[in-house]
Amino acid sequence: MSLKALSELKIGHTATVEELKLPDEVQHHLMHMGFTPEALVLAVRRAPTGDPTVYAVDGMEVALRRETARWISVREFEEGSR
Amino acid sequence: MSDCCATATIEIAPTPRVAGKIQTVALVGPPNSGKSTLFNRLTGLRQKVANYPGVTVEQHYGKLSGVGRGDLTLIDLPGIYSLNTSSEDARVAVDVLHGRMPGAPVPDAVLLVLDSLHLQRQLMLAAPILALGLPTLVLLNMSDLMETRGGEVDTLALARELGVPVAKISAARGTGLDSIRHFLDKKSEPVTVKPRLELPVMGNPRSYRQWATGISTRTKYKAPLSSEWTRKIDSVLLGRITGPLLFLAVVFGVFQIVFSVGLPVSNAFQTVLTGAGSKVGLLLGNGWLESLLIDGVWKGVSSVLVFLPQILLLFLFVGVLEDSGYLARAALIADRVMRAIGLNGKAFIPLLSAYACAVPAIMATRTIENKRDRFATILVAPFMTCSARLPIYMLMIAAFIPNKPLLGSFFGLQAAVMLSLYVLGFLAALATARLLKSSILKASSAPFILELPQYRVPTVRSLSLRLIDRGKVFVKQAGTVILCVTLVLWVLSHIPFHADLPQSIIGHVGQWIEPIIKPLGFNWKIGIGLLSSVIAREVIVGTLGTLYGADPATQSLSLQAALRHDLTLGGAMALVVFFAFAMQCTSTLAIVKRETNSWRWPALQFAYMSVLAYIAALATNVLISHFF
Repeated sequence: MSLKALSELKIGHTATVEELKLPDEVQHHLMHMGFTPEALVLAVRRAPTGDPTVYAVDGMEVALRRETARWISVREFEEGSR
Repeated sequence: MSDCCATATIEIAPTPRVAGKIQTVALVGPPNSGKSTLFNRLTGLRQKVANYPGVTVEQHYGKLSGVGRGDLTLIDLPGIYSLNTSSEDARVAVDVLHGRMPGAPVPDAVLLVLDSLHLQRQLMLAAPILALGLPTLVLLNMSDLMETRGGEVDTLALARELGVPVAKISAARGTGLDSIRHFLDKKSEPVTVKPRLELPVMGNPRSYRQWATGISTRTKYKAPLSSEWTRKIDSVLLGRITGPLLFLAVVFGVFQIVFSVGLPVSNAFQTVLTGAGSKVGLLLGNGWLESLLIDGVWKGVSSVLVFLPQILLLFLFVGVLEDSGYLARAALIADRVMRAIGLNGKAFIPLLSAYACAVPAIMATRTIENKRDRFATILVAPFMTCSARLPIYMLMIAAFIPNKPLLGSFFGLQAAVMLSLYVLGFLAALATARLLKSSILKASSAPFILELPQYRVPTVRSLSLRLIDRGKVFVKQAGTVILCVTLVLWVLSHIPFHADLPQSIIGHVGQWIEPIIKPLGFNWKIGIGLLSSVIAREVIVGTLGTLYGADPATQSLSLQAALRHDLTLGGAMALVVFFAFAMQCTSTLAIVKRETNSWRWPALQFAYMSVLAYIAALATNVLISHFF
């Protein structure tokens, strides 16, 4: 288990959301999209241009830019586990 | 076309309140939960339905038909995640629900539409909605899909937990709608929040979440397996190499079909219309009535009607992309590029729709949360080549550009000129966006949060409703505004009686402005066309048809031949370049005023675009006259 930014999460890896360090408005929106503490997030794929990245959270796929995802800290399970 | 694509908002006066009876019902739900599809089901009215989060940005009204009492008013609200977000969509929804929206009837019951594929998350919206204290029916939409994918939920247990009735429906298939009838036919009871209902602390997403999770566990909600299909399709459509290639192929394919299939169809349609006109003309004899009806009215209106096939094709394409879910993927692919000019991928959807018409495009910018990004998108949208520019582009290209093959028979010189006009508009939009974002609209960019909906097969029903709607508005436009303009012009060009065209009233106005436009290579007839097209761009073709039809020198010629007789290549190309840049659309100006809530922005936009158009047209005329 290691703490890291969501933007550092490798594709195909899963982690749990730890904390959102974003302006209130953004944080609020993201929480309603499912990015709440303890929620499971899977990094699904990157856009063909490398950014944004598509994350699966709560059965939904949401794309975030690196500049947003780096302010969401996540706790990752062991390498490669889903 | 001016307001060709204004969404079908039906204004219905609020019905007087009858005690104890439900009069007005609000349709509430998160984005993409299928509210608009249900709205169309329940009202039979046409309204924009799209498989893209946040397309419904206006509230729409409709009287119920078939389900429930016919005197009920249904309000379709923008999709919202909570009653406490920053976007304007949410603000509109909250204002209507609280009865604070001026002119909107106050809802006295709520239909809460939740996507049962993502029920656990969608339930978070139930808390603030139930706290409003209005009679509420919770509708679990897409329940058929949920069940086929192995999802389950105990609706009775859910109803007990929430203290309000719950029903499974499928808005797309029209199943389960009886529950809505039962709910609406009941007398509205005096509202009391059920004592058993425990709502979470308001305004705190974390507590909403715990509340929603608790309920979904207790009601044995089993989320359906996520569609393997969507992931598989995405691995191709969003693939590193296949993604951008398919994206370009889609954009190119749309153009190719609109022009290579649409153009012959339009030409065939034109033959039919002209034939019909001359048949009727024979019946009318050779008097002033014949001239008024055939040379004035019919020529003007039919020259615009001819573009109906192409416009419908374009809307069909945009409709298929939206409803299938591809448009959200396009936003994802386009984000990097849009970011380079200071906008985000979400601006791509409005800007792409602006290729059809700037009016709905500008209305669709409400989904962009950041106000400065939104205004920048609004200001650049009219540069995108809207379908109202097609009539004049196609007329001038057909008249002045020989169709020499460039890349085989597939891509000719005419198509190349058309494509470069599209590119020109696009570049002007990019440059303007850059300029705005580095000057008056400078701001940190808004976070890009994009929901990727599951792929769906667009329904024939939704697509055909959309086409009928757009076609109707376009024909109505051609039949009213353009009819009026062509009539007025015919009269002005025939007074004083028996005078030649240059001596008529219109001739004088045109000659008066001729010195201003002469450097662009335009004559006074084009000048009148420019004046009349301030109402709407497509009007110019009708005007030119009327003017050249009334001129004895060119009366017997086709419009194309008449233009060749009268304009140089430089003047003709300057005219299309002028149209690429100029803001000749009253409806767009009006919608910009409404969306930005000030005359400052549309005034700035009009001045900026007009100056740019004049300079670019001047440069075009000078360059072409110099080299050819």
